[in-house]
Amino acid sequence: MILEIENLKTHYQTEKGVVKANDGISLSIDENEVVGLAGESGCGKSTLIRTLIRLVPKSAHVTADKMEFKGQDILSMPDKDFREKILWQGIGLVPQSAMNALNPVYRVGDQCSEAIQAHTDYNKAECERIVEKLFDAVGLQAGMMKAYPHEFSGGMRQRSMIAMSLVLNPALVIMDEPTTGLDVLVQERILRNIKEIRKMSESSVSILLITHDISVIAEMSNRIGIMYAGRLMEFAESMELFNDPYHPYTLGLKNAFPSIQALDRELISIPGSPPSLLGDLPGCLFSYRCPFVIPECEKARPPDLEIKPGHFVHCIRTDHVEEFRKLAGDKKTWQSSKSAT
Amino acid sequence: MKLESIKDFFVTQYGIITSNRFGIFGAAIILFFGVVALLAPWIAPHELWDSLRDSNGKLAMLRPPSLEFPLGTTAMGRDILSQMIFATRTTFLIGLVSGLISIVIGANIGLFSAFYGGKVDEILMRFTDIVYGMPFLPFLIVLISLFGRNIWFVIIAICCIVWRTSARVVRSQALAIRQRQFILAAKSRGCSNLRIIYGHIMPNILPLLLLYTSFNIAWSVLAEAGASFLGFSDPDNLTWGGMLYNLWISGKIRTAWWWFAWPSICIILMVSALVFISRAYEEVANPRLKQR
Amino acid sequence: MAILEVSDLKQYFYLEPTFLARLVGGKKPRVIKAVDGMSFSMEPGEILGLAGESGCGKSTCCLAIAKLREPTGGIIRYKESDIAEMSKKEIRNYRSEVQLIFQDPYESLNPRYTAFDLVAEPLRALTDKSKAEIKERVNETITLAGLTPDEYKNRYPHQMSGGERQRVGIAQALVLEPKLVIADEPLSMLDVSIRAGILDLIRDLSEQMNFSCIYVSHDLSILSNISERLMIMYLGRIMELGVTKEVITDPHHPYARALIAAVPIPDPAYKRPIPNIRGEVAQPIDPPPGCRFQTRCLQVMDVCRDTEPPLKDVKPGHAVACHLY
Repeated sequence: MILEIENLKTHYQTEKGVVKANDGISLSIDENEVVGLAGESGCGKSTLIRTLIRLVPKSAHVTADKMEFKGQDILSMPDKDFREKILWQGIGLVPQSAMNALNPVYRVGDQCSEAIQAHTDYNKAECERIVEKLFDAVGLQAGMMKAYPHEFSGGMRQRSMIAMSLVLNPALVIMDEPTTGLDVLVQERILRNIKEIRKMSESSVSILLITHDISVIAEMSNRIGIMYAGRLMEFAESMELFNDPYHPYTLGLKNAFPSIQALDRELISIPGSPPSLLGDLPGCLFSYRCPFVIPECEKARPPDLEIKPGHFVHCIRTDHVEEFRKLAGDKKTWQSSKSAT
Repeated sequence: MKLESIKDFFVTQYGIITSNRFGIFGAAIILFFGVVALLAPWIAPHELWDSLRDSNGKLAMLRPPSLEFPLGTTAMGRDILSQMIFATRTTFLIGLVSGLISIVIGANIGLFSAFYGGKVDEILMRFTDIVYGMPFLPFLIVLISLFGRNIWFVIIAICCIVWRTSARVVRSQALAIRQRQFILAAKSRGCSNLRIIYGHIMPNILPLLLLYTSFNIAWSVLAEAGASFLGFSDPDNLTWGGMLYNLWISGKIRTAWWWFAWPSICIILMVSALVFISRAYEEVANPRLKQR
Repeated sequence: MAILEVSDLKQYFYLEPTFLARLVGGKKPRVIKAVDGMSFSMEPGEILGLAGESGCGKSTCCLAIAKLREPTGGIIRYKESDIAEMSKKEIRNYRSEVQLIFQDPYESLNPRYTAFDLVAEPLRALTDKSKAEIKERVNETITLAGLTPDEYKNRYPHQMSGGERQRVGIAQALVLEPKLVIADEPLSMLDVSIRAGILDLIRDLSEQMNFSCIYVSHDLSILSNISERLMIMYLGRIMELGVTKEVITDPHHPYARALIAAVPIPDPAYKRPIPNIRGEVAQPIDPPPGCRFQTRCLQVMDVCRDTEPPLKDVKPGHAVACHLY
């Protein structure tokens, strides 16, 4: 088990009150697997990433029943140890808009080797060799190491950032929206590169992939979690999630995505917008956008039910799922939710 | 502009100024001086140029502050309190008028330069550069020497110089706003160039404009004080700087501390107050400066 | 009568070499050929999709059509009149008939204006309607865009969500009852769950108000849903043009084929095929003669390197620019 999180909560103390950016996230990542987290704006994915790599501001209050990386507790680990042992070597990060994270006045190859030199004892030549190998793995020619960031296209920069995250052979790489803003052909290339890297690595690398693009998640992940308003609404193995979805939000998302293979299918919107995470919100946070809401939904927070082995759902109405699946395909169902009126 | 929006405008400005400790202090001082300036003829105990006699009938020359003459008297027996009150009015007026005219000049040059770019920008900015090179006092001296010592020439001279900084700063902010997509959107919706400049760009640089209005008034007051002290002011319209000039030429600067203190303190207070108000605006223009 | 006719549109940007470069090497000025000979026409009331990757020139083409930038060459005819030869009055009229919906709902609205003022602005700028008339029309349009006027009229952009802002942007575009709307990727910055609503809005209003629409996007899944005809661009030229269903199901141009095959499907069982294409996206700087796609085409022939293939019909209504046909 590479990463194990149970009931992770990150609350920010602000002037106006407590913002519960993450409120009870539980998930696990095994060796050599890709876990995808799908979620839209405001769902808390950025906070989750920042919590995992300790980039949250001092005003954040992080609690969890369990937060372990390769069996070591990383919740209470001192900052210095975390920085030296876990960050970059254990957990790598490809941040959002990574292509803009490169320093424009240094050559790309130098920036990558610098990362290695900072964490290991290799000399310059050895570092360069490592970088060369990784560049090759992501499909960049060795000659490009001497180039400056502005000479790279967006897709190439993104690939170099992915290469950089892998230089120290981390067990887990967190990728935040790796293909957002990139065109389809470039996206395909990058995802293909990631798959190839995973196959060729001497030591396997697991990936936590975070994006709002459902097709990317479908293509890459072994297991998928659907995040909404700081909580996980559903978590299951990826085929299972797509063929057997339970949560109304998952059903809504499935129908909101256009597919080039289903030209005649009606696209459906979920009316309303995510709730503000300020203060204490009773009940299910999806309730006021949910077309299947009943009074009980708004009273208490639904539990995380394990419907089938490995398939978790955050909902109290899972017994009606057959009916819901049929109704979710009809536009009129979604117009009947509270936020539509 | 609709009437409600003008009222809203002042309400917002009041809110901005008072949200900051410095702003409140500054506003209070300006208000105080403003009231004094307004009510000058009615609250001054004596006339501006009257040589006064004390209770014993002697000419009240160079008296230090006392019950009879709270701020003391000058070498010619004039009541300093009354002089201060009338001078407040003149100084306040010069500062306000010069400051406002210069920000109007500076802002317009900055806005047009930023919006039109190209040759217009080149010409206007090179002109601004030339004005930057002009030293204020010699310019004022030449003007006064040519046309005579008149309050309006002082105002004109101040305006001619003080606008230059605001032009540069407004231009750079306006350039940043101009690149934003809502300006392109405004053009696509049919807005004319003038409408875009005054209706779309200007509202977005308002905190900066108000900040520099305050600064410009402060510089005008300072500039006026400096010029008056050297003797380049209207002898009929007394200002705080003018009072210091009178002190200087009387030769009594070493002995009459009261004649020196009050005008100097007021100049410092006024300029500081204006700068404090700018500080309140700076926090709006650059929210990261807000004290947490 | 075609509402819009674009003939051989060209937009070049010249990069002046630096003073030193001129001194040392006598470098020639470089040219970015963002749009290099686009020709197409539109019928009233149709939704035409414009697809292509970043840098293909789609946004540049929109700016030229909207008369926000002077093209370097070519003729754009709106209702049979050349837009380059319009008087000031005619330009004002043009602006009221040709409108844009912008991509970024966060940047395309003036942060100092309320929703009411934003939607009223085009009316205030281009018409002399009275205050009452403006109020009526604005409320009407805000309602059409799916928002309640009373709730939104005094709200500022920072008080609205992305979807709401985009609706205000749409209301701004439609308040003048335009005949041609150019929508530049209106959904790409919105959350997935609300995109369908905005897409439907554009589609329904296009029918209701009878305006033609050029819908620009790099997302073929969305274009397949909304557009009637589809144009695929690459490096400033049209590679394929036809009825959407036909282009998607039976693409001819190698680029179109690669692009369509590469579109991801939200289904874990689907294996995306490796696209039949090589190399990186080229820059439109100093392009070589011949077909723009030659550096990436796996079926490139000698003729492709010297002559540019013309855009011609392979079937009635389905045109391709490729020497293979």
